[in-house]
Amino acid sequence: MRLTNEEKAMRDGSCGLAVAKAMDLLIRYGDAVGAENLIDVSSVSAGIITDGKTAPGKGDTAPFDAFFSEFYLDSSESVKIPRVRANTCTILHEMDSKLWQVQGVSQKTHDICDYLEDCCNRIGFAPAYTCAPYLVGYVPVKGEHCAWMESSAVPLCNSVFGGRTNTEGIESTGAAMLTGKIPNWGYHLDENRRGHYLVEVEHDVISGRDWGLMGYYIGHVVQEKIPVYSGIKNLPSLRKLMYCSAAGASSGGVEMFHIVGVTPEAYTAETAFGNRKPADVLKFGKNELKDAYERLQTASDPDVNFVMLGCPHYSLEEIWRISMMLEGKHIADHSNLWVFAPNAIKAMADRAGYTAVIEKAGGYIMCDTCPCIAETVPAGTKVFATDSPKQAHHMHSIMKIPAWYGSMEDCVNAALTGRWEGEF
Amino acid sequence: MGEIILRGRKVAGGRAEGEAIVARENFSGFGGLDRETGMIIDERHPLYGRCIGGKILVMNGAKGSSSFSTHFHHVRLNGAGPLAILYNVATSKMVMGAIVSHVPAMTGFDIDPLSVIEDGDLVRVDADSGVVCVVKARSS
Repeated sequence: MRLTNEEKAMRDGSCGLAVAKAMDLLIRYGDAVGAENLIDVSSVSAGIITDGKTAPGKGDTAPFDAFFSEFYLDSSESVKIPRVRANTCTILHEMDSKLWQVQGVSQKTHDICDYLEDCCNRIGFAPAYTCAPYLVGYVPVKGEHCAWMESSAVPLCNSVFGGRTNTEGIESTGAAMLTGKIPNWGYHLDENRRGHYLVEVEHDVISGRDWGLMGYYIGHVVQEKIPVYSGIKNLPSLRKLMYCSAAGASSGGVEMFHIVGVTPEAYTAETAFGNRKPADVLKFGKNELKDAYERLQTASDPDVNFVMLGCPHYSLEEIWRISMMLEGKHIADHSNLWVFAPNAIKAMADRAGYTAVIEKAGGYIMCDTCPCIAETVPAGTKVFATDSPKQAHHMHSIMKIPAWYGSMEDCVNAALTGRWEGEF
Repeated sequence: MGEIILRGRKVAGGRAEGEAIVARENFSGFGGLDRETGMIIDERHPLYGRCIGGKILVMNGAKGSSSFSTHFHHVRLNGAGPLAILYNVATSKMVMGAIVSHVPAMTGFDIDPLSVIEDGDLVRVDADSGVVCVVKARSS
């Protein structure tokens, strides 16, 4: 990889040992993928996954430095972590800072998360704590280079906003935040952003549920390739595209998609494919929709005691809608309703009065986390319901909890009655 | 017993020898690989219940959450990592997962390793020279 003089100096320690370690990791990464150079990134978003072993330091950053060195710089040698160079935010960690006890998070995990948050704040690693950083101001313009984690956010960055990022890991985002750089390869390059598969959409894909199912079905078929959806008659909202993105990155590894006439690099099918021929033509109709729906239903018992909404994190619009559905009602005995949103959105929901409506109905708005990341669910949960293909998919693997999948309305209804009544 | 030679490109240097475990479908780190034990925990995956530890891991590529590499990182720190990693499709997830595993890793093969390597075959990886030697467990 070709390095500039500035980059060589960073590698050789001109900006300190941590930046040198970061540059070493970027060089190993860039060489492994055959990148020609590094590029500057305008934003970085990175997760916080505790190892359960880091003990909080009492006014001491040494445990954080060791943790960051190992997991964010791939260095077993602990180095002092300086302030970040790039505009950087956190994605998720394991707890809601206020409702952690309701969540079932242990005191130990709480103390670690609290400590790490304090340390992250000190280095300018901003506390967005959301899988949907684009909901709270991290939005690239077309052509802007980013280094984002979070598999559900990456396809939105690439496909919908026209930003450019690969699905980075904790280690590469750690190196990117300290240097402001990432190897120039993959989705940063024009030639890798063209479509592979043409998806002829034969069914009217309208609801959020339809978009989630389509993403889930197509992601499984194309894996990490780029699908080009054609024949979409109804303009999708950002929320619907969020369901599609998250689903395609769960059943497969979709990092970018095009929607002809909708997304910015798919003005026509020809531009989406860059005048190449599609590798294959796939059909998406009612049978495919039903197939995806049935694969997501891993539950058979209609008694539901946990309803999880907000994967990816909800915007204020969904919280507003739920508060209207719950106004003057109460969820069933033994039922639990947890709605997940970014902390900045929750602050608005508090002021708007939506939080009070949802809490009065027996539900909670939780921030900064999700059940799969925290690996906590309400005590006694046997079956859960969600409007997220991603959460349905992963909760079944990670927590061994069977899922009902359906629309937001189906899920709110299940919380109110304690029974799943959703149908295809 | 015949040997099959594959040539590819180094991702991370070094040499290793061991028994192959072949992932014929991509798996996710998050929800797919147990951080403590290196066991595949996605019931939908053909390798469900098996461990990648101490094996030559042969795979097409990565899928799922961006914490893919972190899972490989934890698995390594917990002593349950593979001896070497051979893959076809370079995504950031796959590449970072291979790099933080601190074992020899290769990609870009002249012959698709999934087409010739089966579970239990003896595999010798020399990432520095870009050569993989496969000794079949069973003659076909």
